[in-house]
Amino acid sequence: MKFVALIVVVLAIIAIAQLTRIYELTSKLRNRNETDVDYRDNKLNANLLLLFCIGMFASYVWMIARYGAGGIGVAASVEGVDYDWLFAVNMILISLIFFVTNGLLFYFAWKYHAKPGAKAFYYPHNAKLELLWTAVPAVVLSVIIIMGLIQWRDRTGAAGENAVVIELYSKQFDWAVRYSGQDNQLGKFDYKLINTDNPLGLATTATIAARVEELNLEIKDLEGRINDPSAIYSVVSFEEMKSALATKERLYVRLLQLQENHDPALDAVANDDVVQPANITLVLKKNQEYDMYFRAQDVIHSAFFPHFRAQINNVPGMVTRLKFTPYISTKEMRVKMNDNKFNYILLCNKICGASHSNMKLFVEVLDENEYDAWWAEQIATKTFGSASIVTEEIAE
Amino acid sequence: MAASTHEHAHHEESFVSKYIFSQDHKMISKQFLLTAIVMGVIAMVLSTLFRIQLGWPEQSSDILHMFLGDRWAPNGILDRNMYLGLVTMHGTIMVFFLLTGGLSGTFSNLLIPLQIGARDMASGFLNMLSYWMFFISSVIMVVSLFVENGPAMSGWTVYPPLSALPQAVPGSGLGMTLWLVSMAIFIASSLLGSLNYIVTILNLRTKGMTMLRLPLTIWAFFVTAVLGVLSFPVLLSAVLLLVMDRTMGTSFYLSDIIVGGEMLDNTGGSPLLYQHLFWFLGHPEVYIVLLPALGLTSEIISTNARKPIFGYKAMITSLLGIGFLSFIVWAHHMYVTGMSPFLGSLFVFTTLLIAVPSAVKVFNYITTLWRSTAIYTPQMLFSVALVSTFITGGVTGIILADSALDIAVHDTYFVVAHFHVVMGLSAVFGMFAGVYHWFPKMYGRMMNLRIGYVHFWLTVISGYGVFFPMHFVGIAGAPRRYYDYSVYEGFDMNQFNIIMELNVIISIFAIVGLLAQGLFLFNFFYSIYRGPRAVQNPWRGNTLEWTTPVEHIHGNWPGALPVVHRWPYDYSKPGAEEDFILQTVPLAEGETEDH
Repeated sequence: MKFVALIVVVLAIIAIAQLTRIYELTSKLRNRNETDVDYRDNKLNANLLLLFCIGMFASYVWMIARYGAGGIGVAASVEGVDYDWLFAVNMILISLIFFVTNGLLFYFAWKYHAKPGAKAFYYPHNAKLELLWTAVPAVVLSVIIIMGLIQWRDRTGAAGENAVVIELYSKQFDWAVRYSGQDNQLGKFDYKLINTDNPLGLATTATIAARVEELNLEIKDLEGRINDPSAIYSVVSFEEMKSALATKERLYVRLLQLQENHDPALDAVANDDVVQPANITLVLKKNQEYDMYFRAQDVIHSAFFPHFRAQINNVPGMVTRLKFTPYISTKEMRVKMNDNKFNYILLCNKICGASHSNMKLFVEVLDENEYDAWWAEQIATKTFGSASIVTEEIAE
Repeated sequence: MAASTHEHAHHEESFVSKYIFSQDHKMISKQFLLTAIVMGVIAMVLSTLFRIQLGWPEQSSDILHMFLGDRWAPNGILDRNMYLGLVTMHGTIMVFFLLTGGLSGTFSNLLIPLQIGARDMASGFLNMLSYWMFFISSVIMVVSLFVENGPAMSGWTVYPPLSALPQAVPGSGLGMTLWLVSMAIFIASSLLGSLNYIVTILNLRTKGMTMLRLPLTIWAFFVTAVLGVLSFPVLLSAVLLLVMDRTMGTSFYLSDIIVGGEMLDNTGGSPLLYQHLFWFLGHPEVYIVLLPALGLTSEIISTNARKPIFGYKAMITSLLGIGFLSFIVWAHHMYVTGMSPFLGSLFVFTTLLIAVPSAVKVFNYITTLWRSTAIYTPQMLFSVALVSTFITGGVTGIILADSALDIAVHDTYFVVAHFHVVMGLSAVFGMFAGVYHWFPKMYGRMMNLRIGYVHFWLTVISGYGVFFPMHFVGIAGAPRRYYDYSVYEGFDMNQFNIIMELNVIISIFAIVGLLAQGLFLFNFFYSIYRGPRAVQNPWRGNTLEWTTPVEHIHGNWPGALPVVHRWPYDYSKPGAEEDFILQTVPLAEGETEDH
């Protein structure tokens, strides 16, 4: 296979070389100058430029007609509707610039190709014209900037008083969700507290104590292995164990500080949170504004809700936020999209490793009654303080 | 003393000092070009490999298997990690090695001494070092493709923590180390080159070559070099801090991380710090790539239109304006990274401002064509195409610069389409135009016109064919750097079908585009040896390089340096016999220099 491919390539190169050679010889016979463009070629290329421009415009119109917004459907959040409007305004404007400037460029390129006897017009500058096309774009851009900034302020400003607070926690390659419970407040957290029982690292007196004990055991165990006179280790693994021990000891010191500074009064705020393990559908209420907070465990991820036109990166070591108000329930959207399998989705939109393209979380928007019933069950049985976390399968 | 200088000038150069460790700017320019062509071909092949995956996912491909073997494409199915590696290396090589090192290295080196009337660069030795560091960094970057765990896999921007943690992705091991080493050397090369360009332009202009008589190519190279000198050191510091985080246990970019079941004790660092440092280079970098291309086409359009470039001073002002503004727009890459939204709004303002000088340039090009007599050599066609891609790619920038609109298209294929058109296609078209135009100066022979035409038309059509439909993939919200779009099958089959349909179209054009470059390569190498001999001034240009002999000589001009009497764009000047007037021709009596 490789050998055949190689032969084909070599033969192709020889063929082109021979064709070129023949071509050069014949044009020499016909006394044609090989290096100067003749008028016939010039005209041909000028015509082709015009044709290309027409083709480009036609393909643009065709693609707008066929693909439009790429099948993504109407925006499903209040903010998304504003977004779509502003996007449309900008698209119309830039399409206009695209048609006019490309049109002028290719029209002139076609019209003013060199012809026998034609002479170019010596026209080095014109201050008025240049001022005009400095000023016009500046004015148009000012309008765009103002419209954009107004919307940006609305999108990134504080959420309304009735907004429900939610946290999403990302790691390779899934999201866990934390609903803020009755008090609509998220409890404190610290990554050092994360273990199998506490996947989001919530900080309560109990979780801190448990983690201090766990880490203490890990350190003892590691020390025991390092100091075990009967064990034989390679230099590399011995160094690795010592380094791991040093890391754990540093973490331990910081955990003790955390324990010392912890205010037990805050436990209640964390204990009424509903922690939902990774890969279970995020449930939202129709017409409810959400104030969402994001953390990441390992690398940067990006929480991208295409249907709600919302996105924010999830960054290890910091908390980011966004807000939106879904206003079309999943059921209604399925009717609109004419697809009874349609679902809202949360996609990862920052390169994060091998399964980046599979990192997702289904989102379901329920209307008020359905939501209230679902929420009552959560708050009764699944608060962080109350019980073990039940794993559910994804509701598709 | 005089005798010894005389002897020195005539000594026979050895093969090594003439072709390998040459200090002659013309030879160094050719070395840059050849290296860039090799790197460009590699980067394009890499992109075709992942386009095969995106167009026909889950299908076994003999081509993938042939290039990537059992390790990275078992049974002809591309490995998920290697997909990320291909994307990363394609971006890195294209941006830095082809369009920064290659484009500036080739044409700044060739044209700065020739067009300003200098015997050589200010420092031939530093110039040689610059090339060899570029060469070494290229080799290291290519070698990193072949290491056990694959090349860097965190995207060409190599954001930590992903790039800092080998536990997170295999490419962040040795592959990433080589990436960082290569970039550090590359930056040193770029700095040596840029400093040399700046010093040469400021100090070695021949008599009469005032700053306002410089060809626009030189102005573009000058601004580019200044941008490079001011911004690349910042990338170097970003790279060094990343090296420290990876090897010395520091926490510049790392905080509160658990990866691969291991809890790290890094605290207090910020991944956003890296992004700020990276984009402080990264955005000027866009113009480091673009401005030389614009400079080349300014020259080529004027020469081939047989008409002065319209608004010479406005072109210079807009170059300076773009150069200045490019330093205060970097955070528009970071609207949705968690950076303060207020900071974001400042960057919206500065970013959209940059559209003003860009618009001035476009309108000046268009007006230059108006009432011209355009001669469509391949370089002229590529230059017209560049203006077109600059417009088409530029307008989508208006959407991305607007933070409110960026929210839903950030990191989607809309961005990929935008920067490939405005920076990728434009810069590549500019580079092709430059090669076709100055090939006679570089090799003393002409390239074949007809093959050039076929190459142009296939390239421009496939270029548009790839990136035009890509905008629609992006408007649909399809994220970039996805191995495949199977995730869509789970929530919207209709949209999945649209994305796949577009991806197949894009991939077909990408393959056509790759094959078309075979024509260029053939034309290039064939013409070096077999092309017709060039005359001294084949395009009847005004600038000084066309007053040098066809055969390269050390020192460029056999006798005294030329003296300059006028600006470089006196084409079709009324009252002149010919439709061009060399810069060395004194002003006639009563003739004014009005531009």
